[in-house]
Amino acid sequence: MYRYDEFDHAFVAARVEQFKDQVQRRLSGELTEDQFKPLRLMNGVYLQLHAYMLRVAVPYGTLSAKQMRKLGSIARVYDRGYGHFTTRQNIQYNWPALGDIPKILDELAEVEMHAMQTSGNCIRNVTADHFAGAAADEVADPRPFAEILRQWSSLHPEFSFLPRKFKIAVTGAEHDRAAIQTHDIGLHLKKNAAGELGFGVYIGGGQGRTPMVAKNIRDFLPAEDLLSYTTAIVRVYNLHGRRDNKYKARIKILVHETGTEELTRQIEAEWRALKESDLKLPQGDINAIDTYFRPPVLPERPEGWGTLAVAKRADAGFAAWVDQNVTPHRHPDYGVVTISLKPIGGIPGDASAEQMELVADIAEKFSQDEIRVSHEQNLVLPHVALADLRTVYDLLLTDGLATANAGLITDIIACPGLDYCALANARSIPVAQRISERFGAPARQSEIGDLKIKISGCINACGHHHVGHIGILGVEKKGEELYQITLGGSADEITTVGEITGRGFSSEEVVDAIEKIVDTYLGLRTGRQENFLAAYRRVGAAPFKEALYGPVSRAA
Amino acid sequence: MTIKVLTANRLTDGEAVWLGADGEWRETIEGALLARDAEAVAALESAGKAALGANLVVDVNLIDVEERGGELYPLRLRERIRLSGPTIDFEPRKKPENSAVSAA
Repeated sequence: MYRYDEFDHAFVAARVEQFKDQVQRRLSGELTEDQFKPLRLMNGVYLQLHAYMLRVAVPYGTLSAKQMRKLGSIARVYDRGYGHFTTRQNIQYNWPALGDIPKILDELAEVEMHAMQTSGNCIRNVTADHFAGAAADEVADPRPFAEILRQWSSLHPEFSFLPRKFKIAVTGAEHDRAAIQTHDIGLHLKKNAAGELGFGVYIGGGQGRTPMVAKNIRDFLPAEDLLSYTTAIVRVYNLHGRRDNKYKARIKILVHETGTEELTRQIEAEWRALKESDLKLPQGDINAIDTYFRPPVLPERPEGWGTLAVAKRADAGFAAWVDQNVTPHRHPDYGVVTISLKPIGGIPGDASAEQMELVADIAEKFSQDEIRVSHEQNLVLPHVALADLRTVYDLLLTDGLATANAGLITDIIACPGLDYCALANARSIPVAQRISERFGAPARQSEIGDLKIKISGCINACGHHHVGHIGILGVEKKGEELYQITLGGSADEITTVGEITGRGFSSEEVVDAIEKIVDTYLGLRTGRQENFLAAYRRVGAAPFKEALYGPVSRAA
Repeated sequence: MTIKVLTANRLTDGEAVWLGADGEWRETIEGALLARDAEAVAALESAGKAALGANLVVDVNLIDVEERGGELYPLRLRERIRLSGPTIDFEPRKKPENSAVSAA
């Protein structure tokens, strides 16, 4: 894992001191809210419906046990005993007092964490594949490059006041788990025929009120050119991105309005002037960062094959969990464990202080001291020996963390919605809870198979509804919550924006509507091997619309 | 006209508060100062500006309410949730006593 050097320590400490002073001046009345608001947002402090909210950055979703323990302790000491893991691999605390926030930041700094780049019109915390450095299908670990981007982008003087926020995601596998095509910049780390590392570069993806799939503007950018090319993109955006209209300010609109070809031309022209500058990454620097992410030395544990098979035969619950929540590791004696934060009927992404501490303990003993946060609002233990899976499962079971539903219909992404969020128009969490309860029976979930439901409580789409296989968007209509359904969205290597089915459903109707969609899928799939998305792509929206709204008049 | 009350979030902890008939900001809508005419609304607005200026509260808003069964009922769901708190069971449950970690 990356460790702060002296510069990082001094930089974060200075920032905490600065914010401490700003908070004090706000509380004493020396600063007005108008003056203070941009300052607090630069430090991850939002004002929500019931309280302030502090969003803490988890760079590329990687945490050590010590850091996770600290997150749990902060939840207990300064908040109400829990935190919420977000769709950007961060954690939010929902109830901190303003006066306590500098102390929280002090405590975070002790474990090399902070809350910068989690708000405002800057380059936000860089996200990455949550299986990075562990997955069997990975070409190279994307996190060293995510770390290089973090160092480059932190308080970047030229890019601290962009037209709008700017999000970068990196993946190092062909199968995209980081949703790179829904980001302002998506980077796909790969090797060329000569075995050299480079990036497929995508720009202009995004969700919100104008969802767009990113455009591929370069098939292979040599790794040494990462910063010069990224700078060229952000510079062109900073210059030409719209500042007159907040809703048209993201780079996706610039790409759309300028045209991919012309914008690429501008970026390439800018890049030619930068390519041989100080921004060119010396191999020595890449290697230096790389050492921090050197894969842990994993001892051979071949006994796990046998013990696991026996343990699975003895306990169907354990077998189901292994089949659903453990994915192949590059080392055959190990697995990557997804810890579901989606208990049936629970709140997606929430974890109690005790749960965080339990995960920290398990990671320390059984996962090389590493934890990941996924954008799907789950936690990941990246390096667990097959021989230890039973023990890990039993430990997770003690505090409700062994739900065997990763990737299934109850593994729902949901934004905080109107239960917390000042921007929301409708609630998300209660809808997620009711869907989870409706489909929660293990046999039923298993029968339905892979199905991603994503729920947002407003058009800003923090719950990624546009790219849900089934997406749900909450709106307010005549004072009531109304839920629009979209179908066929996806955020993997074949990214698509879902299509709206038709009129929305009331809160009372929406779960029944989802059930109709699921039943329709079960009725028309060619077999269990054809998952929901594949079936939808084969048959289109018509059968689902008919199930929801009745037969469509052919004359229409 | 619709009855209006003044709401905001307290500066120190962000908690939702309502301006009481006694001029104090309180944590419940009960006893809120009601504005039933334009003049009263203007008075609420100026009270809000003053409280903002005095750094007592932030995000000051006038909201519509009705009297229902002797209680004040905000017309928008958003405001009802600000009043009730999250509508979900968000406080974590404690682990059962006997589930202490033993398998390790």
